[in-house]
Amino acid sequence: MTAPTLDSRTLGRWAFNGVAGGVMVFILLPLIFVIWLSFFRQEIPSFPPDGYSLKWYSVIWSNPKFTDGFILSMQVAVGATIVGLLLGVPAALCIARFRFLGREPLNNLLLLPLVVPGIVLGTAIYVFHVELQILAGTLPIVRDYDITIIGSLGALVAAHVLLVIPWSVRLVTASLAGLDRSIEEAALSLGATPIQAFFRVTLPVIRPGIVAAALFGFVVSFGNLEMTLFLVGAGRTTLPIAILQYLEWKIDPTIAAVSVLQILLIGTAMVITDRFVKLSRVV
Amino acid sequence: MARLELQNLSKHYGPTVAVREVTLDVGDGEFIVLLGPSGCGKTTTLRMVAGFVAPTGGRVRLGGQDITAAPPWKRNAGMVFQSYALFPHLTVAENVAFGLEMRKMSKAEIPTRVAEALRMVRLDGYAERLPRQLSGGQQQRVALARALAIRPDVLLLDEPLSNLDAKLRETVRVEIRELQRELGITTVMVTHDQEEALIMADRLVVMSEGEVRQVGTQRELYERPADRFVAGFVGRSNLLNGKVLQPGRFQTDGGLTLACPDAAPGPAVIALRPERLVLGAPAQGQANRLPGTVEFVSYLGANIDVHVRVSPADRVVVSQPNRPDTRLPAVGDGIDVGWPAEAGVLFTEGAART
Repeated sequence: MTAPTLDSRTLGRWAFNGVAGGVMVFILLPLIFVIWLSFFRQEIPSFPPDGYSLKWYSVIWSNPKFTDGFILSMQVAVGATIVGLLLGVPAALCIARFRFLGREPLNNLLLLPLVVPGIVLGTAIYVFHVELQILAGTLPIVRDYDITIIGSLGALVAAHVLLVIPWSVRLVTASLAGLDRSIEEAALSLGATPIQAFFRVTLPVIRPGIVAAALFGFVVSFGNLEMTLFLVGAGRTTLPIAILQYLEWKIDPTIAAVSVLQILLIGTAMVITDRFVKLSRVV
Repeated sequence: MARLELQNLSKHYGPTVAVREVTLDVGDGEFIVLLGPSGCGKTTTLRMVAGFVAPTGGRVRLGGQDITAAPPWKRNAGMVFQSYALFPHLTVAENVAFGLEMRKMSKAEIPTRVAEALRMVRLDGYAERLPRQLSGGQQQRVALARALAIRPDVLLLDEPLSNLDAKLRETVRVEIRELQRELGITTVMVTHDQEEALIMADRLVVMSEGEVRQVGTQRELYERPADRFVAGFVGRSNLLNGKVLQPGRFQTDGGLTLACPDAAPGPAVIALRPERLVLGAPAQGQANRLPGTVEFVSYLGANIDVHVRVSPADRVVVSQPNRPDTRLPAVGDGIDVGWPAEAGVLFTEGAART
């Protein structure tokens, strides 16, 4: 009989589990603290808590900055996601399907908003909006109806479309790359026109990629702060900006409560999406 | 069901020629196999028939109608792809129904036709499954059922068996062939597997470098290969390079003088089927009898391959049937190799190209 010994395989497994566990804790810890904090009773966060309360959640509903911000963020994110997909999916199709001059530069250009810092993007777009407003001011129709571009919802959505495009192009191109071209040829040989083949075969098959693109685009747009800061009009705030402004004056657990709601919203969106398409297969 | 005619069909990609002047007449209900190594143009030819590749020259006629310019969806051609190309988001029944829906068949009629097609490939119980829930062999049969459901004028098979494992391939090729015969459907198949081609075809088309080298039945290709390439590609051949000295006499580069069929003097290649050669005592009295040394022996079960060196430059493979009394020669043994003059097929000049 030999005593059990620690062989290198067992040690390796422990080390692996240890590192994996450490990373998990590192990722989840802030989340856990935010959730915990949102239920503290006292106004100044300190440990240990004096007691627990749900009052910060009710504070959110009575503060119009948060509710208006939430509504605006939703409008912008939904609008930007829809427009971003309408532009991104056809772009991805062209990039994945055709070999043309400037295909690689185009691909990189569409991914660029991921690389440019949000602050830079925000400043540049703001300046662009100002120039556009001046230029548009020369048109009688703009003057007569007093159309504003700077700070308008349309301009904000247009800017957010930039955030959605890299995700929609990237994810849809990836799912097109995994698509067997011969299934489209099979559809054609069975009598489908190219249009029918696209809607009956290609689109359903790349649907998971499109859904994932929509989800990521929505999340990125909904949570964007840096770029949006430059583009909101007077008296208009998105949820992240409302949070920032609130933080300038107070650090009570309201912010934690708002964050919990935002986490819940995005988490729910992910879970629901995952029921229809396995995100892990696409991303 | 229809006759398929290819007339001088060509495909050029810039200066590269993928297919050169292919002319072929496929009879109604005939099973034709395009055989050749990869890159020989067989797949391009099939894709021109399907309409996925536009020919740069020549015509395609199906059932007497010129379809050269018709798009794939207007040709009544059922195609089975190497990857099967099933629609992954649709059930087996929906896959098979796809072509019928595209043909605007009435909703009442479709289920009957789908069931009929699935019965043909013995997949009756699988209608509601998704493709990924099926084995490779079953997916292949769904692809076949889908192509047959539209009752195509011609069935096109692009390496349909190459993704199946060896055992399954053997049964499936017989199944496909029997089904094809039963339905009497004109069929063109592409393959690089000569055994598969020999088993399934009515006639074979051997292609190389974009050109048709020979069209014929199995026997014609095997016994009367048109050139050296066909002799080497269909079955095995011992190829001896040399020249014809005078009608009936051939000299190899290794200096052997052999009796051969009549041909004009000049450089030539002689092709010998391994099973036409005999070893040892039976070599006595043959028109050609050469002393040699055994260099390699393969025991293959039904046959024994013996590689014999007959001159410093010439080595031949002799395939002997394995009988109870067959003596297995040993490496290094001296042994006689013999064959009758007419066993050699001579290729002169142009036909000698590989």
